[in-house]
This record gives sequence, structure tokens and C-alpha cells, in this order.
Amino acid sequence: MSSKAKSGAEIIIKSLEDLGVEVIFGYPGGAVLPIYDALHNHKKIKHILVRHEQAAVHAAEGYARSTGKPGVVLVTSGPGATNAVTGLADAMLDSIPVVCLTGQVPVQLIGSDAFQESDTVGITRHCTKHNYLVRSSDDVSAIIHEAFHVATTGRPGPVVVDIPKDVQILPSENQHKGPIKHRSYLPALKGDEEAIKKAVELLATAKKPIFYTGGGVINSGPKASKLLRKLAQLIGTPVTSTLMGLGAYPSTDPLFLGMLGMHGTYEANNAMHDCDVMVCIGARFDDRITGRIDAFSPKSKKIHIDIDRSSINKIIHVDVPVVGDVAHVLEVFLKFWKKGRHKLDGEALKSWWAEINLNRDRNCLDYAKKDDVIMPQYALERLQTLTKGKDVYYTTEVGQHQMWAAQFLQFEEPNRWMTSGGLGTMGYGFPAAMGVQMAHPKALVIDVAGEASIQMNIQELSTVMQHDLPVKIFILNNEYMGMVRQWQELNHEGRYSNSYTASLPDFVKLAESYGATGLKVEDPSDLDATIIEMIETPGPVLVDCRVEKLANCFPMIPSGAAHNEMILPDENETKKFEGGAALV
Amino acid sequence: MINTPQKERHTISIIVDNEAGVLARVIGLFAGRGYNIEHLTVAPVDSAGTESRITVVTVGTPKIIEQIKAQLDRLVPIHRVGDLTEEGPSVERELALVKVSGSNEQRLEALRVAEAFRAKRVDSTGTSFVFEVTGKTEKIKAFIHLMEELGLVEVVRTGVAALKRGKDAL
Ligand SMILES: Cc1ncc(C[n+]2csc(CCOP(=O)(O)OP(=O)(O)O)c2C)c(N)n1
Ligand SMILES: [Mg+2]
Repeated sequence: MSSKAKSGAEIIIKSLEDLGVEVIFGYPGGAVLPIYDALHNHKKIKHILVRHEQAAVHAAEGYARSTGKPGVVLVTSGPGATNAVTGLADAMLDSIPVVCLTGQVPVQLIGSDAFQESDTVGITRHCTKHNYLVRSSDDVSAIIHEAFHVATTGRPGPVVVDIPKDVQILPSENQHKGPIKHRSYLPALKGDEEAIKKAVELLATAKKPIFYTGGGVINSGPKASKLLRKLAQLIGTPVTSTLMGLGAYPSTDPLFLGMLGMHGTYEANNAMHDCDVMVCIGARFDDRITGRIDAFSPKSKKIHIDIDRSSINKIIHVDVPVVGDVAHVLEVFLKFWKKGRHKLDGEALKSWWAEINLNRDRNCLDYAKKDDVIMPQYALERLQTLTKGKDVYYTTEVGQHQMWAAQFLQFEEPNRWMTSGGLGTMGYGFPAAMGVQMAHPKALVIDVAGEASIQMNIQELSTVMQHDLPVKIFILNNEYMGMVRQWQELNHEGRYSNSYTASLPDFVKLAESYGATGLKVEDPSDLDATIIEMIETPGPVLVDCRVEKLANCFPMIPSGAAHNEMILPDENETKKFEGGAALV
Repeated sequence: MINTPQKERHTISIIVDNEAGVLARVIGLFAGRGYNIEHLTVAPVDSAGTESRITVVTVGTPKIIEQIKAQLDRLVPIHRVGDLTEEGPSVERELALVKVSGSNEQRLEALRVAEAFRAKRVDSTGTSFVFEVTGKTEKIKAFIHLMEELGLVEVVRTGVAALKRGKDAL
């Protein structure tokens, strides 16, 4: 070995250091031992030892979503890599920048069904933005730099770098420096100015405009959120957001209509249905948003701003597509709008708002409070009130509690709401909260959970204890896979097949067995005190909040229905759908 | 839905880095998203062997064709995606090897048809011929169809290779 040569593993760690990586979420195994050796007592890079590789990826996602920086994962070959697949698929659908290093059997053994061999590049091809198999320690540094470049630019996403064990051991002198100049991957940031001009002119003719915003605004960075606020407030347009985009526009602003889509507000969905010009900003017309495609916003002309050309016209035909990064496009949009001295028809806008406000008065998130049992919506209202003004980040699991959290919590800033939108992964919220807490050690990080979802990654209680991550888990315990039960009630005549979460653990004792604090609350009159205790108790806290078992999450656009065919809370309980079993 | 849009056949050219797995990425995209592949050809096209050209003939509604091109464009090792059907006149050729075996009368007739199609006889035995025929897909199909009557044994086709007419490259 010449004096400058280092082992592949040392080169890998140095590359991560050069890329500014401060934390890795991972789990060791035979095929990554050289990397773990190079990490041993490392001064700059902290390693968080998770208890399941899926959790490592979700933690990296939480880290990424709350900071805008890529999350980094390190797992072993075979089962380590396959356990990470759910997390990668989650990051893929939600466009989250994650770089996942996986160990692989030595190059010569690839293809021989060696111990703990899996075709990781093959398996992850469909759930990553890109992936690499490194064949020589001479290439490993450049590939890692390229992986970070691909993960974080354009439409972000997860990237896997599969590294055979011999590549980690063999020496090389190649340490990549400087930016990546890719030959074929060249994502465009700036939107076409002619297209933006057309968009400005179209919006200027609107009598019933709406901004439909999504996770792309958040991915674009804080500047995009600022520009969105500026533009909406300058023009006076109503704004609605997808689940992924919450926080890009402040929830408490009067222009904000709340979330749209399947469990969105009455005012937001009706405004989408009735508008004449829709500006879709960093969202992708997902089926949870559109409802029945042929009845989606039938009277509107549509503008679509998206960094990914393949999102344009994929589901809904748009009149003016603008391919580009949200912040870049909005900046030019704003400039053109001002330069053209555009202004919306004031009278028309006034009557549009009158229409919207009438729908707002319908008070679609209303629910019947009870004295003897905690309503899940009430629990979230109290959680919101008691955490208001604090430096707080929310994550969720998947189910009714997730939708209620989206409806009842308020988000004033981007990057403070982390939920599995595209893949809908139960077990996401708790590990994601660990990642958020790593990035924001002093902040209050709360996972709003269901009693079923939390059990999918409950083992991470061990991780938060080991690494002093004071995450709070707030379980809305309805003893049901509530969202499944709700669909069974609505679509399968109340046959609750396998949706009761029987044999629940004693969550308080469970928390205590790990050394965490467990709290339980059943009586509405104890709720505030319990929430305050959760917030004020140092270290990880798990709250078993017993709620009404059979509450349903409304409003709801039944699967396959149109935006103006919502079910509202006071029409619920007995209403049956003619459609029978829903397709999606 | 009423008015289902007409399906169209498009020839799509893709220039890619000639690296391991790139074909799997392209095919996987078609399979994973339920797109159709009618023909597929791939080979390195520069002398250094660093770039390959993939030609795919696919069928779909205009919306699907647009999606296919946009999705292909997203793949990291893909340099350029071109739609030869849309971007004006192109030449398309396919090569087939066609083996026939039959009696005297059939052999004579097979040779006559081959001549009419300008097919080359690249192998002959006392009881069989292998013809090499090139041309547009319709011509190849017609040739094979005629040979069915004349003792067709087996066929292999390269799939479509296509280039834009005129001086410009993709
Ligand atoms: C990994 C995974 N498996 C299955 C599902 C389907 N699913 C969606 S919501 C849900 C029930 C969640 O129950 P719980 O966590 O108690 O939340 P609740 O709906 O009761 O609030 C299930 C099983 C899923 N989203 N993710
Ligand atoms: Mg539940």
C-alpha cells in the first residue's frame, strides 16, 4: 500500500465526511464490518444504532424532511438490505433524499447465492431514484458523491449504493473532490419563461382561482414557501394543500382552506371542483386528491408547476405546464405578475370568496364531543393548543389518527410535519421522529400514533433510550385498525374482518420495560394534565390515550366519487354507499 | 369512459450509457408501469463502446406515449430520448432469418418468393434453406406469412432499427 492509499471503507467514510454527513442511521452485519470499523469512535460522524433496518430508513427520512439535507443509512447485505426496502419505497413515493449504503458479498461471489447475498440492485431498482453496484475501491468515492448529487437534486429521492465487502477492504488512492459533472443526468431548475408568462396571463383572467400546493413546495426549500405566501397574499387567492405540503402555507392564514382530498375540508374540495383557474404547485394529482378523474375540477383551466416532467399530464390534462423548481418558477412568476401590473377582477374574487366562506360555515370538521370518553379529534385539538408556540415537530403513523392529525394540527412553517403520504407506511412515524430529534435535539418531537401502527416499529424504544432521543409518542388508542374498520363499516356492511387489535400490550408497562415513561389517560378531564406531563417529562414518553373506539374520520370523499360528493360528519354513521366494495 | 383515445404505434430511440443494468432499467420501467414493448433492439453504437442505442417500438394512447418518454427521460443513465414517429420521417429496417424445409415443389416456390423479396439465401441443405430478409416490419411479416405455406421451420427477427431521415442526429 502506498502512503496515500486508504482502504475502501476509509475512503467511504472520508467521502461522507466531505459531503457534510453528521449522522448515519444503521445496523451492522458481516458485509459492512470494514465500514463499521472505519466508523469506530469517529469524531465527526455519529452513528445511530436502530433496532430494525426499516427504522433506519424512516429515521433518515425524518432527518431529511426536517432539515432539507439528505438522510444517510448504512445496512448489511441480504436481510439488512431487504429490511430497508419498505423505507426506500416510502422515500421514493414521497420524494425524500436518502442515501442508503448496503453491504454486498465480495465481487467474486456475486451470483453464487453466497451467504446473505441478495440482488440488492435488482430488488431496489423500482423503489429508488437510482442505484449503484460498486465494483472497485477506485470508484467508490466518486460513486458516493454522485449518489448524493442524484438523491438531492431535481426531484429528490432515495439512492442505494451497494458495496461488496472486498471493495471496502482493498486500497485505493482515489478520493473524489469537487462537484459532480454528470454526463446524462441534468435536471432543469429554471422553468421556461414563455410558459411562465402564459401561466401569469391565464391566472390574470381568473374569476375563481385556487392554489393547490404540495410537497414539491417543501422540497424546493424555505424560499419556495416564502414566495408562495407572497404570491397568494398579493393576489388574494385561496390556497389548499395536499397532505405532503402542509406547512408550506400557514394553516392559520385566512386564505388557507385546509387540506384537500379524500379527508380534506369541504371548502377546499368544493373550491377545487368549482374553480376556473387552478394553479397546481409541486403536487401531482394523486388519486387521493382527485377522486373520480372524469369529474375532477371540470370547469377549470389548469397550470402545473413541477420539477418532474413525467408528472405533467400523467393523470390530469393541464393547459399550461411549467417544468422547473418551485422556488425558481415562483420567483419569475411573481416578477412577471408585477411587471404586467396584473390584478384579478375584484368583484369576481369577492363573490368567489363569498361562495367559499359559505362552505366554510358548513364547519365540516365538527364532531360530537363527549364527557365520558375522549374523542380522537378532541385529543388532537388539545395537543395543538397545548403545544402552540413551542418549537414542535410532528410525525404520524398511518390511519385515522394520521388524517385527524392533518385536519386538527396547525402548521405555520414547512419541514415540521412528517407523514408517510405516498406509500402510507404504518410504522413510519416513530423512527421518523427519531431522525427529526437527531437533527433538532432541543425541539419537542411528537409522533401521533395508532395502537396498531406503533407496534410495527415499537422496538425503536430501545434506540431512543440508548441515544437519549426524547421523542414523545402520542397513541390514539381505539383498539382498532381504525381506518380499516371505517372502510369495512362503509363498504363491507360492518363486517370487521381482522381489524380489531386484540391482545394489546400494556403500553405503560411496555414503555417502562425499556426505561421510558409510560402514561395512560382515559377520562377527558385528565387529558390536558397528561399532555402537559408528556411535554414536561424529560426523555422518551409514550402516552396511551384511550379514545372513542368507533369514531369515523370525516369529511370523506368515498373512493371513486367526485369532490362535490363528500360525506360530512353529520351525515355519517348510517350512510351506506351504493357502490359496494371500493376499488382503491 | 366514452371516446377511448386511439392507440398509436411509436418508435422510440434511446441513447444510454453502456453500463451494467441499464437495459434492465429500461425494460423494468416498461414492465413495472404496464407499457407495451413490441420490438426491442440494443447494441453499442460508438467505436469506444461507451454508448448504446436502444430502439423500442411501443403501442399506446398519445398520453401513454408521452408518459413513456417522460419516464424514460428520468432514468439517470439515459442521455437522450427521441420519438422517431413524431419527429418526422425516419427509416425503419428489420432483419429476419427464416428457415424453411420442404419438398421439391415447395423449395422452388420458396426460392421464387425469396427472390421477389430480395431475401438472401444464407444456408442451404438438401432439405432446407435459411433466408435473410431485411425491410420494414410489414415486409418481413408478409414474407414469413408466405413461407408458412412453404415449409416454415423457424424464424428469428432482430426487431426494428430506425434512424431519422436527413442529416441530423437524435
Ligand atoms: C405496513 C402497512 N400495512 C397495512 C396497512 C393498511 N392500513 C392502513 S391504516 C391501517 C390501520 C391502522 O391502525 P392504527 O394504527 O390503530 O390507526 P387508526 O386508523 O386506528 O387511527 C392499516 C392496517 C398500511 N397502511 N401499512
Ligand atoms: Mg387504532
